[in-house]
Amino acid sequence: MSSKLLRSTPLRAAVRSTQSQSSRAGLAGTTFVRTKATLPDLSYDYGALEPAISGKIMELHHSKHHQTYVNSLNDASEKMEAAKSSNDVASQIALQPLINFHGGGHLNHTLFWENLTPKNQGGGEPPTGALSTAINDSYGSLDALKEKFNTALAGIQGSGWAWLVQDTQTGSVSIKTYANQDPVVGQFRPILGIDAWEHAYYLQYQNRKAEYFKAVWDVVNWKAAEKRFK
Amino acid sequence: MANKHHTQTRTEPRRHSKESRNDVQDLLKRFAFVPLLLLTALLARYLLSPTPTTLTETVIPAPVLPNMAHQYSLPKLPYAYNALEPHISEQIMTLHHSKHHQTYVTNLNNALSSYTSALSTGNVPAQISLQQAIKFNGGGHINHSLFWANLCPASSPDATLAAAPKLGDAIKRTWGGEAQFKEAFETALLGIQGSGWGWLVKVENHTGERGRLAIVTTKDQDPVVGKGEVPVLGVDMWEHAYYLQYQNGKAAYVKNIWNIINWRTAEKRYLGGQDESWSVLKASM
Ligand SMILES: [Fe+2]
Ligand SMILES: [Fe+2]
Repeated sequence: MSSKLLRSTPLRAAVRSTQSQSSRAGLAGTTFVRTKATLPDLSYDYGALEPAISGKIMELHHSKHHQTYVNSLNDASEKMEAAKSSNDVASQIALQPLINFHGGGHLNHTLFWENLTPKNQGGGEPPTGALSTAINDSYGSLDALKEKFNTALAGIQGSGWAWLVQDTQTGSVSIKTYANQDPVVGQFRPILGIDAWEHAYYLQYQNRKAEYFKAVWDVVNWKAAEKRFK
Repeated sequence: MANKHHTQTRTEPRRHSKESRNDVQDLLKRFAFVPLLLLTALLARYLLSPTPTTLTETVIPAPVLPNMAHQYSLPKLPYAYNALEPHISEQIMTLHHSKHHQTYVTNLNNALSSYTSALSTGNVPAQISLQQAIKFNGGGHINHSLFWANLCPASSPDATLAAAPKLGDAIKRTWGGEAQFKEAFETALLGIQGSGWGWLVKVENHTGERGRLAIVTTKDQDPVVGKGEVPVLGVDMWEHAYYLQYQNGKAAYVKNIWNIINWRTAEKRYLGGQDESWSVLKASM
């Protein structure tokens, strides 16, 4: 990958990147403070996850797909602000699916990039500490978790994600699948997510998605997952 | 009994159609229709019926066929894999038909044969839990069968709206013009969040008048099987349908697909009913 693709800035979390933007003048004379989502930088090169995920996939996935979610989220947010300032409740409700979809796409991909890392930077190295214990408690072993996780991924009918989540009520971890770009919010905390949309693997694996699900564990960043686990 | 009556009602129009003159073919078609029931919302209705005997009577025709659920097969394409170039690449067509569609057929057959066993053992929880697999894979089989038949090479005389005079008139009446219709259809296709399909559907009403047209989108592999709904034209918006050629540029895929729409097929479906639109599907049983 060319050096211009290699960014030195550390990956920013979606929330932080959202806050990092400055305020902006509002519409139609109304001034309001509005934050803008931005595409987070990757902390590794596009080609660094090969052979598990090709550089071409990573480049399109990050610079095109994720960028589109960011742009569309900003667009929907702007319309939402306008609907709020004009007290247009019907429009606010109508905009919610767009916020869910594009906002979810932004959050999910941001978490996804973070929970991947090249093999020579610790990709695939098993989790330790409290997360490892929680996995063993729920699944018996890391291998058993991976097997169940891959079954969950393969069972997604359409586009979606599989996540290892932590139940904020009980503290235990479990595998959950989410349709399309539905984000992990509410009772569950996202620990580790795998993108099962066809764009995540198709250029390299085509219809052989089981091979992608198997290979991706080589570049999973369990250290990032540990940091999310509480 | 109620369902038997229903089956006859659904079968009757075909008795009058000209291809039904052949008795053997007619018989085969009648057998073929039984598993098709499983693919429709009718299944849910029977399953939820308060009289379990109704269910038994409806689906039991399976034993008439040699001791297992009917096996579906992949329908042949009516053109070569490279015939839709440059709008859809040979590689996409090859994978899409021989791998993706084949997987839906295989998984549908597996689900139906598990379903047949669950019926014969009276295992109701298993019957219910198999419904989603039947819907998804049955939908995938129906949708792709319809899709292949509503495409044709760009050089074909069928690849222009002029090949669908009656449908063309209805489209112009409904949307104000061909361009307006296409724009509305493209907007619907590009608005799909996740995997799904965009359809031009004819919705018939109880008066027996020719139905009105509507653009609808369905998620994942949900098929268009509602009462009175006839899928006239469908476009696959799963990423596998375009990604190898168009990548994230799905708007270009949606623009280009107009060059390879088989309007003659669309006209036939528009003038016919659900049976007409499912004729390709039946041929693969
Ligand atoms: Fe993605
Ligand atoms: Fe497809």
